[in-house]
Amino acid sequence: MNPQKAGQQNVDTMPIITIENMHKWYGEFHVLKDVNLTVSKGERIVICGPSGSGKSTLIRCINRLEEHQRGRIVVDGIELTNDLKNIEKIRTEVGMVFQHFNLFPHLTILENLTLGPIWVRKTPKKEAEQIAMYYLEKVRIAEQAKKFPGQLSGGQQQRVAIARSLCMKPNVMLFDEPTSALDPEMVKEVLDVMISLAQEGMTMLVVSHEMGFAKSVAHRVLFMDSGEILEENSPEEFFHHPQHERTKLFLSQILD
Amino acid sequence: MATMELTKPQKVADAIKPPVTSIGIIGWMRVNLFDGWFNSILSLIVLYLLSMTLPSFIKWAFINSSWFTTSDQCKAGSGACWSVITANIRFITFGFYPHQLQWRPLLAMIILVLLLFFSQNRKHWRKSLAYAWLLGLFSMGLLLKGGLGLEVVDSDNWGGLPLTLLLSVFGLTAAYPIGVMLALGRQSRMPIIKSFSVVYIELIRGVPLISMLFMSSVVFPLFLPEGVTLNKILRAQVAIILFTAAYIAEVVRGGLQGMNKGQYEAAESLGLNYFQAMRLIILPQALKIVIPPSMGILISAFKDTSLVVIIALYDLLKTTQTTLSDPKWMGFSAEAYFFVALVYFVCCYAMSNYSRRLEKELDTGH
Ligand SMILES: Nc1ncnc2c1ncn2[C@@H]1O[C@H](COP(=O)(O)OP(=O)(O)O)[C@@H](O)[C@H]1O
Ligand SMILES: [Mg+2]
Repeated sequence: MNPQKAGQQNVDTMPIITIENMHKWYGEFHVLKDVNLTVSKGERIVICGPSGSGKSTLIRCINRLEEHQRGRIVVDGIELTNDLKNIEKIRTEVGMVFQHFNLFPHLTILENLTLGPIWVRKTPKKEAEQIAMYYLEKVRIAEQAKKFPGQLSGGQQQRVAIARSLCMKPNVMLFDEPTSALDPEMVKEVLDVMISLAQEGMTMLVVSHEMGFAKSVAHRVLFMDSGEILEENSPEEFFHHPQHERTKLFLSQILD
Repeated sequence: MATMELTKPQKVADAIKPPVTSIGIIGWMRVNLFDGWFNSILSLIVLYLLSMTLPSFIKWAFINSSWFTTSDQCKAGSGACWSVITANIRFITFGFYPHQLQWRPLLAMIILVLLLFFSQNRKHWRKSLAYAWLLGLFSMGLLLKGGLGLEVVDSDNWGGLPLTLLLSVFGLTAAYPIGVMLALGRQSRMPIIKSFSVVYIELIRGVPLISMLFMSSVVFPLFLPEGVTLNKILRAQVAIILFTAAYIAEVVRGGLQGMNKGQYEAAESLGLNYFQAMRLIILPQALKIVIPPSMGILISAFKDTSLVVIIALYDLLKTTQTTLSDPKWMGFSAEAYFFVALVYFVCCYAMSNYSRRLEKELDTGH
């Protein structure tokens, strides 16, 4: 298995996400400082860094769950401004997977998946259910379609959450520590789904400390510290020849 | 000791079955009445009090009671005089509604009860039910008020149980959505909507219902243009709706605050707009959390409709009191109030039972 090779052919030079001189503050607190990042179509980026360094905030700015105050973010040719129409448009293009799954507990698995297509994409119900079943098969959980999220294990819930995003046919997928709330024995089943997504050429930004995952699928690894992208490199270089002292320190800590 | 316990559980685990506890009456009593010394003492006290009061109550209410007698016969007897109810049942139930037309409010109430009964099953919540309600409301209005060939009955003559049901069923069903909107308004990012909701809720909650009813009947008409009059029942109805809505709003707000932030984010990141996110994701969960306190408010609002007596509306309680002011039936207030309490209890019990069932049905195990 060598997903990296397979994926590399998909990398296009056309940028799908462009972030230029972006700053964000929470009140007086400067969370993101002059962030510059260009993501090409089909590119897969893993973001790591100590807790509180602004990783979540960065990817949440990309689908406007958080608002940036300076600089530019352009996703799929649309600049993120206060225009609600643009924001809703971008959110349908960008899928997001959360650390705590955030499935809708009052809806069945199937309803969780069809909700977006039916209400946002205006897909007919029958067709939405077919799409949903297709992606449930894909994350190998189709037999649970009629259950409620509360009846599933953490790993299963996270796979459903990934399928829910995929049902919107996004061009970009954002993952915010998708495996860090899981029991260790469930991490692999979720990473496997993400790897197969990578093999299909999905553009992915993944906040994660899973080194194995980064090595096998990422084109680039970014290291963030106190709101800045401090270092950025290929996985091999990043893990074996880190440049910055803080990166070395961080890697030594997560390798324990 | 440690070694003994290490080997033991393995064997025992195979043999253990769930213990058979409550066998027969004795078992039931042990579990329900005499579970521990504190509960046993409580049970004994309660049993003692019951044994003191229950026999004499049964004697009064059933054995020595008179059911279909005149008031004089009642006064001669020693038991309860239920005749005060049976002899006046039509006035208590329908107030001053014309005697020969009282089948009309009766039919209206039957329609209402049937509709309510049918609506409690969530499986029936379809479009056809909405049409049934529209049709039902129209025919109930027609039956009460008259028109289309039916003799017109002025609303001043409406009273008794139909009035109580009218005020509460419409009061509560209209107050709930308004309360939900106020709760959402209070969380709104738009300052005008937010401050309107806050001011409204706090103002109304700072005023007792009785004074709102009073204002609606005395103060409000002063502001109406000359010659325009608003039906007294309608004014009371509006006061009840506005009042209850404020309380519902606060309960719903509690439910909204209890929601996990992740639910909003997941809804937003799917591209749902505000109204879709609220309607499909947030409210179904938030309202489910607040079923018990909402039902508490609805039940107390139902009982509070009896305050309309102060603006001279003849609801069930008032018609009963009026009966008691008849010299013939004076002195049988215990029986009459017992009856009214029973009617209120049946309605309230049905409501709280329904809320418990709804809660269970909506439970998805999270
Ligand atoms: N809503 C918020 N208000 C104020 N500060 C916040 C908020 N969200 C995050 N922060 C702060 O911003 C910093 C970056 O947070 P975050 O992006 O979640 O970090 P990471 O995901 O890298 O752990 C942290 O110091 C955090 O305390
Ligand atoms: Mg984070």
